[in-house]
Amino acid sequence: MSERLPLWAWSAAGLILFFGLWQGAVSSGAVSSFVLPSPLEVLERMWKLMNQPFAGALLHEHLLSSFGRFMGGFLLAAVIGVPLGLMMGRFRLLEDIVTPLFEGYRYVAPLAWVPFAALWFGTGIGGPIMVIFTGAFAPCVINAYRGARLVDSYLIEAAQTHGASEFRVAREVLLPGALPSIVAGLRIAAGLGWQSLIGAELIVVSSGIGFVMVQGQSNLSPSTVMTAMAVIGLTGLLIDIGLRQIESRVRAKWEGR
Amino acid sequence: MSEIVIDNVGKVFGEGGGRPFLAIDGVDLRVEDREVISVVGPSGCGKTTLMRMVAGLEHPTSGEVRVGGKRVTGPGPDRAVVFQQFALFPWKTVRENITFGMRSRGATKAERDAAVAHYLTLMKMEGTEDKYPHQLSGGMQQRVAIARSYATDPGVLLMDEPFGALDAQTRTIMQEELVRLTNDNPRTVMFITHSVEEAVYLADRVVVMARNPGRIREIIDVATTRKAEKWSEEPIDDVMEMPSFTHLRGQVWRLLREQMGSDI
Repeated sequence: MSERLPLWAWSAAGLILFFGLWQGAVSSGAVSSFVLPSPLEVLERMWKLMNQPFAGALLHEHLLSSFGRFMGGFLLAAVIGVPLGLMMGRFRLLEDIVTPLFEGYRYVAPLAWVPFAALWFGTGIGGPIMVIFTGAFAPCVINAYRGARLVDSYLIEAAQTHGASEFRVAREVLLPGALPSIVAGLRIAAGLGWQSLIGAELIVVSSGIGFVMVQGQSNLSPSTVMTAMAVIGLTGLLIDIGLRQIESRVRAKWEGR
Repeated sequence: MSEIVIDNVGKVFGEGGGRPFLAIDGVDLRVEDREVISVVGPSGCGKTTLMRMVAGLEHPTSGEVRVGGKRVTGPGPDRAVVFQQFALFPWKTVRENITFGMRSRGATKAERDAAVAHYLTLMKMEGTEDKYPHQLSGGMQQRVAIARSYATDPGVLLMDEPFGALDAQTRTIMQEELVRLTNDNPRTVMFITHSVEEAVYLADRVVVMARNPGRIREIIDVATTRKAEKWSEEPIDDVMEMPSFTHLRGQVWRLLREQMGSDI
């Protein structure tokens, strides 16, 4: 059997079985739709939320607002984290200074920063961006650091003995040498950042997918909560697919060099 | 003027952690401007360490190195290094690799284009400027690395067993090409090798080192014989069969074997 069916067919069969059982459990009355909304109810609710404003905006407007915050925090983490990681890989002293602080920080869950994020940067755009930043920062630093450490030392020496400044060593040797590792790190960072964002939106802000969830909960509308969850999952998946494309392109280009 | 002065240089590894190891002890050596010297010695004699100190990639624990009268404190484009592993930037094309050092000096685009054309013609590698290193053979990669160093226009060229990773035929061709290159475009060259033939064929003087601790055993003059016997006018294979060559080769070889005795 397993040799005749392609892999995607098994994936599809799994999905159909899962949603079929779910729908069946609710339709048959075995589970109350107030406890668990059925897939069809969620789809219906999703359609409605896209056409009728809920919690002040349409569903895709909430999504756009969430995505904007996500991009802000994610890019900030990459722009600060990657150079920091590269420099830690290059300079032992910096590594020794940063590592203890960093190791402590990275075990503090991004959500734990929410109160301070709100206090320091407000509940508009600044606070949520900081929460995403705290989620996405660590993989940016760690992967850039590891990538830089793996760059052959003689390439750095070749650059230096041909007159390269430290800036050129970083930009033209460390960065391209560490690129496959950095891109893999960005993928992890995007996942963690997206998760942190939703968490932050549950607590602060007055728009976004997380906010839709909170409003759904207080309106006693389980199908709204479930819709928001589905949107979060799908968007996360799409972000990951996009970054996976970039990752495999970088790998293909770097292959055999 | 780009003479190298190695002034009573010593190097201890592992100071302040682990057992200290005296890699080089009291080395004095003066390489004249535009002179080519090769350095041979048994493994562990510190010949690569000595070159790395001239490059500024290692620092002497005692004494100092001066190049063109200035004390060496770190790496610089006046002392370009050709590495055994070629050390080309894998993500840069042949053109970008050759012009890497030129860009450090702020060469214009026209100058860079001219240099790429010049060196690729010289190395018979026309048409490869947009290729990446992994698309080239080992010999071609090392030609690009030599071109990169030359194009940087350093007073001193440091070569760390540059042909060590090449097959025998390619190696012979490269040796011949290097002699032509240094004749047409003289530089102060310090050439590290463990091939006695290569050392004698390429250099004006051969520095023979000893180990435990690393020091200079003897310096043998080759330039006088090369000029008298007109080596540079003959193909490399013929030179290596000339009595004048085999005599010098034997002399260097005996000095090496003398100290390797117990190892072989």
